[in-house]
Amino acid sequence: MTIPATLDTRSPSLSPDAVALLGRLILIVLIAGALTAVDPGFASVSNLLNMLRQASLLFLVASGLTLVIIGGGLDLSVGSNLTLSACLAAAAIKTTGNPWYGVAVAVTSGTLIGFTNGLMINRLRLPPFLATFGMLWVAQGAAYWFMAGQTIYGMPMSFRYFGTGFFLGVPLPIWITLVVCVVCSIILHRTTFGREAYFMGANQTAALLSGIAVERRRLLLYVLSGLTAGIAALVYLARLNAAEPGIGEPLLLPAIAAVLVGGTSLFGGSGNIVGTVLGAILLTIIVNGLNLLNVAATWHPFVNGAVVLIAILADFIVSRRRSESG
Amino acid sequence: MIAPTQSQQRPGAGQLFSAIPGAGILLILMLALFTIANPRFVSQTNLVNVGLQASLLLMIALPMTLIILTEGLDLSAGALLGLSGVIVAEALLAGWSVFAACAMAFAISTAFGALNGVLIAYLTLPAFVVTLGTMGLMQGIALVMTNGDPVGGFTPAIETFYRSQLWIFPMPIVVAVALYAALWLLLYRTRLGNYVIAIGGNKDALRLAGIRANLVHLAVYVLGSAIVGLSAVLLIGRTNSAHPTVGIGMEFEAIAAVVLGGTSFEKGQGWLFGAVLGALAITVLRNGLNILSVDSSLQVVCIGILLILALLIDRARKHYSRQAA
Repeated sequence: MTIPATLDTRSPSLSPDAVALLGRLILIVLIAGALTAVDPGFASVSNLLNMLRQASLLFLVASGLTLVIIGGGLDLSVGSNLTLSACLAAAAIKTTGNPWYGVAVAVTSGTLIGFTNGLMINRLRLPPFLATFGMLWVAQGAAYWFMAGQTIYGMPMSFRYFGTGFFLGVPLPIWITLVVCVVCSIILHRTTFGREAYFMGANQTAALLSGIAVERRRLLLYVLSGLTAGIAALVYLARLNAAEPGIGEPLLLPAIAAVLVGGTSLFGGSGNIVGTVLGAILLTIIVNGLNLLNVAATWHPFVNGAVVLIAILADFIVSRRRSESG
Repeated sequence: MIAPTQSQQRPGAGQLFSAIPGAGILLILMLALFTIANPRFVSQTNLVNVGLQASLLLMIALPMTLIILTEGLDLSAGALLGLSGVIVAEALLAGWSVFAACAMAFAISTAFGALNGVLIAYLTLPAFVVTLGTMGLMQGIALVMTNGDPVGGFTPAIETFYRSQLWIFPMPIVVAVALYAALWLLLYRTRLGNYVIAIGGNKDALRLAGIRANLVHLAVYVLGSAIVGLSAVLLIGRTNSAHPTVGIGMEFEAIAAVVLGGTSFEKGQGWLFGAVLGALAITVLRNGLNILSVDSSLQVVCIGILLILALLIDRARKHYSRQAA
């Protein structure tokens, strides 16, 4: 059913994955064109770069999630992982004055949360959505307790460079996105681990029976998801210049939507990281467009929910057509 | 009542241990611990308070049990609770009668339940993402309706109902007990109840037996959302105000209560009374921590730890009962 695209011999010119990516690119261009027609200011270089920077924040949260979903799991805790990691990092930077302590703290806490998720799923045999849903609330609660109603703001300039700086005229978060995207692509397509992740997602029992150490691979997937959430926390903190316990929660729905819109199937075993980049851009453009059309921000949860529902419907239709034709 | 998975042998020591679910053990432990820590915990006013808090949680956890028995999940329950509260409050402010306002909330909740049910039962989409999406829709509508602000100043009839008593029992507890009785009869004394359990066990077999399994599956979500929608009356009666995001997180406590009570996400294994035990355990934990003045955000962390403890106890239980058998 979900044979990797590289094995598909029917269309020698373009793989179905490439066609799907091209379709999303065209959709992005069409929406961007329509928005430019409404407001010519939309197509200005500064607005486009600004939008890409926003999209890269969303992508960073969604990147590890993509790996987990390809491997047949789910991580609902990415948003609150980001919250807790950002709050802890902010406190570390504030008390020591050294940004590198913040980096170490966020990366460690993000990874630990991912590790705990993997452990709960492996050892307690909890369904992934349940274990990570529990972690969502635990991390969220821990962040609220840690911050005790305070906001930590005013990061040193050397740290804020991660979020607001430019390198060769391009915002730094976009460079970070590029690096994470390339690394994830290499992991997925050029390593045994990546192949095994697709295999596990497509058929876990078969993967287990063919001798793949499923539990260890799964643990690594959740650790990677936690790690990218920790990295995203740093970029968020550097961009916002403030940490408070509400920053991560509104990110969960858009992150899942970005993965699904990017063509990664929720049923596991298919998808890729470039799709998630396009998905993140598409979602950011939609929100940007809503702002342009003066739609109130209170509509955002509704729009995100609708996008998630439309994306799983589309995923369902595509995967059924594939299984019927194949 | 004994969990349905237990064998019918004479109870030995291991058997006795395996017959008490993890939530029951933890509940007894917590009751003892909190009483020692602060004797005020067992005062009559506080115990009534526990009952009041548990009854609202139970209103969400009971229908959630039915949904989890079908190997499903409803992450939108909390958002729906908030949305229904907002709808009732706004309708009352617009001069509607209490009955009409509740009917409106009932209709909209049922419609959302039908949306969840159609996508999950007929299109076989994963429940946790479908309900995550509808959660966004509900939260969005509630925010747009209220602009993010609390709604108050409507007729006190709802609060009067919340504070009323049937003989000596507070009304919310009466409502929760009545709901438990109704769902118990539905689940264990009707054919429909058998079908609900069978959906989790083997939906294909049910379909092949000539039952309209998809329709039963859909009905579970519709019923669940309808109950949650009406429970909003208890929610807004408590504070005499409605808040668009107050329900968020309620779904976590409800799911935690069901899982604490020993209902599993696999093969329709579970029991309705488990939700009562779980809801009581969570409420006792929250109440006890309140008395010890532990921060409410840290209480959520404690619920997570309680959940893991209960799962560990239940694994040990299974181990014991397998050895005893």
